[in-house]
Amino acid sequence: MGVSRSEAAGARNAELAGVSPNWLTTRVDFLTNWARANSLWPMPFGTACCAIEFMATAAGRFDLARFGMERMSFSPRQADVLICAGRLPFKLAPIIRRIWDQMPQPKWCISMGACASSGGVFDNYAMVQGIDTIVPVDVYVPGCPPRPEGLIYGIMLLQKKIKGETIADPTLRDEHLLDARGLFLPPARIDELSEPFGNSVHQTRSA
Amino acid sequence: MTASAPALSASVAALEAAFGAAMLRHAVSCGDTIVWVDRAAAHDVLAWLRSTPGQEFNYLTDVTAVEYRDPEHPLEVVYQLRSLSRRADLRVKVSLDKAQPLEVDSVWDLWKGADWLEREVYDMFGVVFQGHPDLRRILMWDTYAEGHPLRKDFPLRGHFTRAEQTRQALAANPEAHYSMDELSIAEAYDEVPEDMKRRLAKGERGHVR
Repeated sequence: MGVSRSEAAGARNAELAGVSPNWLTTRVDFLTNWARANSLWPMPFGTACCAIEFMATAAGRFDLARFGMERMSFSPRQADVLICAGRLPFKLAPIIRRIWDQMPQPKWCISMGACASSGGVFDNYAMVQGIDTIVPVDVYVPGCPPRPEGLIYGIMLLQKKIKGETIADPTLRDEHLLDARGLFLPPARIDELSEPFGNSVHQTRSA
Repeated sequence: MTASAPALSASVAALEAAFGAAMLRHAVSCGDTIVWVDRAAAHDVLAWLRSTPGQEFNYLTDVTAVEYRDPEHPLEVVYQLRSLSRRADLRVKVSLDKAQPLEVDSVWDLWKGADWLEREVYDMFGVVFQGHPDLRRILMWDTYAEGHPLRKDFPLRGHFTRAEQTRQALAANPEAHYSMDELSIAEAYDEVPEDMKRRLAKGERGHVR
């Protein structure tokens, strides 16, 4: 399954590699990106207090529906943007990875809050130090938890990013599947991303 | 609070009369009575506390364990008992020498609620509860290979590198956390489809008869 999918993506990318940005592609890009950016269906992956702020964002006062997101997609198969709201324990790592693999292209990912982005205060044995070691992330929203305005700003940044996409970019819809090692990043890169920072550096690995 | 003598639970005198040398010592801390019991007698003492008229500790509030910073100090398994009818509490502790295998008899046969509590102590401290019907990890996943996280010799960030932890976590099967009993398919084994039988026979969760 994984092999055939990446082969298919490779064939499509080879086809697109010959396309250079021209009047036609930019017009098509404009239309598709406008449609995509304004009808993002989020897949909420709420694990902690960030999910409360996410619910507030979706509710009446902040009204995420203004940005074309009135439909929360609780099935990954009808979702466009994975919003990981909260810390991700290692036990949930294969689950968010499977949800990401189940989402059809085009898809994007927002890492909401300090814990999803970096592990936050949970620099311990049980916690993933940033979901970007598990799935590729487009927008990081800082905060503990971020206020709804913060998340909306992150979503608007994602919309801006989507409006800058072009079909002439062959890497755009790369699936980033797990490789033979079972990782999607090189191990050294994961170790680097997971390095302690801030107050955590005062605590050695053996502490 | 007035400076009166600490209120020792009446259960202590009764226990000492019934078990004698198996009662190692007792103390009162913050109004709670704590008794230390010999490991070999622990199950008998707890059974006696549960079923003897006048004791009736019919509710097991918690089972947990403590490992102290002092490496000479034994690891302690803690049973917090409650008598719902008498409105009385008692804390029973069993000391386990860390140089010996960490083993104690399960109290699952006395209080069924001990099932998950003992599994958690096993998962976090590595204490083996003999006689427990289904002693598996409960918080960490089944294939977790780094040890028991709440032990003092366990590093805060785990033994493995972050890349290795990520690799092992992603390799875990998220659907393998349930035993045959929890899935309620042990009885229906003869009726499940062939491919499911094959997967179950691999033994990644529990045993197939």
